[in-house]
Amino acid sequence: MQEQLRILAGKMLADGRAARVLGWKRTDFETAPEPSFFTAQDDLSELVYNKYCAANLSGFMIGAGKRDGVTVVFLKPCDTYSFNQLVKEHQIDRAKAYVVGVSCGGNAKVEEMEDVGWLERCLVCTKHDHVVYDELVLDESLSRPEAQDRFGGVTRLEGLQSLERYEFWQGELSTCIRCNACRNVCPACNCKKCVFDSAKYDTAAKANVTTFEEQLFHIIRAYHVAGRCTDCGECARVCPQDIKLQLLNRKIIKDINELYGEFQAGQDTETLGPLTAFNADTDAEPSIVHTRG
Amino acid sequence: MQITGEQTFTPLITAFCCNWCSYAGADLAGTSRLAYPAEVRIIKVPCSCRINPLFVLRAFQKGADGVIICGCHPGDCHYIMGNYYARRRMTLLFSLLDFMGIERGRTHLEWVSAAEGAKFAATMSGFAENIHKLGKNRRLEDLRCKSS
Ligand code: SF4
Ligand code: SF4
Repeated sequence: MQEQLRILAGKMLADGRAARVLGWKRTDFETAPEPSFFTAQDDLSELVYNKYCAANLSGFMIGAGKRDGVTVVFLKPCDTYSFNQLVKEHQIDRAKAYVVGVSCGGNAKVEEMEDVGWLERCLVCTKHDHVVYDELVLDESLSRPEAQDRFGGVTRLEGLQSLERYEFWQGELSTCIRCNACRNVCPACNCKKCVFDSAKYDTAAKANVTTFEEQLFHIIRAYHVAGRCTDCGECARVCPQDIKLQLLNRKIIKDINELYGEFQAGQDTETLGPLTAFNADTDAEPSIVHTRG
Repeated sequence: MQITGEQTFTPLITAFCCNWCSYAGADLAGTSRLAYPAEVRIIKVPCSCRINPLFVLRAFQKGADGVIICGCHPGDCHYIMGNYYARRRMTLLFSLLDFMGIERGRTHLEWVSAAEGAKFAATMSGFAENIHKLGKNRRLEDLRCKSS
């Protein structure tokens, strides 16, 4: 597949249909290719595609859309949801993107540059088909790990007592070093100015005397992408502390599904998001939190 | 001096009230001389959908033990549909807070119209009573904001 992608990219650059190609570039470590723009055909020998190409390239298309010419971008099935969501939010200029959908057989979890199995998101993946593409480069021989229940972790936590949940989250969040990687990598998190960069509100860095700052950061990080999070799993993947951020995102997704009907962000570019819509007659009151158990 | 360990707990309650219904409802409670707990501090907002989750968290950070949100009844929003958006937002926020182990009773939403002075007073009394039972907000506190 890697060879096919190089040939395709080379052709697009050669005949001038594309100004640049967005893909994954080889680095010194096999397990850590990095997102990169290619503008010269000669550089394409550095373009790689394998199970370590976990980075979701959709977010980079926001910037690419502001430059001249068409950008070729390689997207795995799950990445196309993020791309679609960004088109829907008018962040990506669809006309300036040439989307090449690529097959995915799951991405490897990498710890200290070692391959340690599958990424959690790939173990629960339900996004098997590309929802947007101009061209597909498929490899039928790739097979994925068998899918587990995506909401299993959330359901287990919901079953605990309030104090147990609190302690669980204290355990997780107190290890956060506020590197902001989870925020920076998220395609949905793309405000130009972020409240968590504000020196005025003591929110810009980790506070060493209190737990509130972590809670604030994590509640808002998850909530800010409510209804827009495609569950692409990038936040949990990049967290150096291995914090189970997916549980927060999925709790919101699960609530949305149960209260307002099944919704998958990025499925299409038209449907109103669950938080930009309402149902005057049937929406639950917030007190439902008390009765749902 | 003797430290008895006995301290009366005076909670701090933040009430976000929309300008058009609930704030007027609070006014009516006042002019009707209906008693409601003095620990309720009202913040006036143009509409219940003006309330951003950060407002709620910020209130807790600054020492609130409970946060209550009041707006026009569904169908009566001055801006036609602001409260419908607020309803979804706050449902998801309250649920997320609950999921993170913050006591359920610390957040509440109630629709109060301009004519419901009595309901306003009763709602605030009921909420304050619950917060008294829950005690001090420890799980969402910011030590940096504590003076004592
Ligand atoms: S990536 Fe992990 S450690 Fe970094 S800010 Fe996010 S949760 Fe905290
Ligand atoms: S919050 Fe995490 S899972 Fe959701 S879109 Fe952002 S990076 Fe992806």
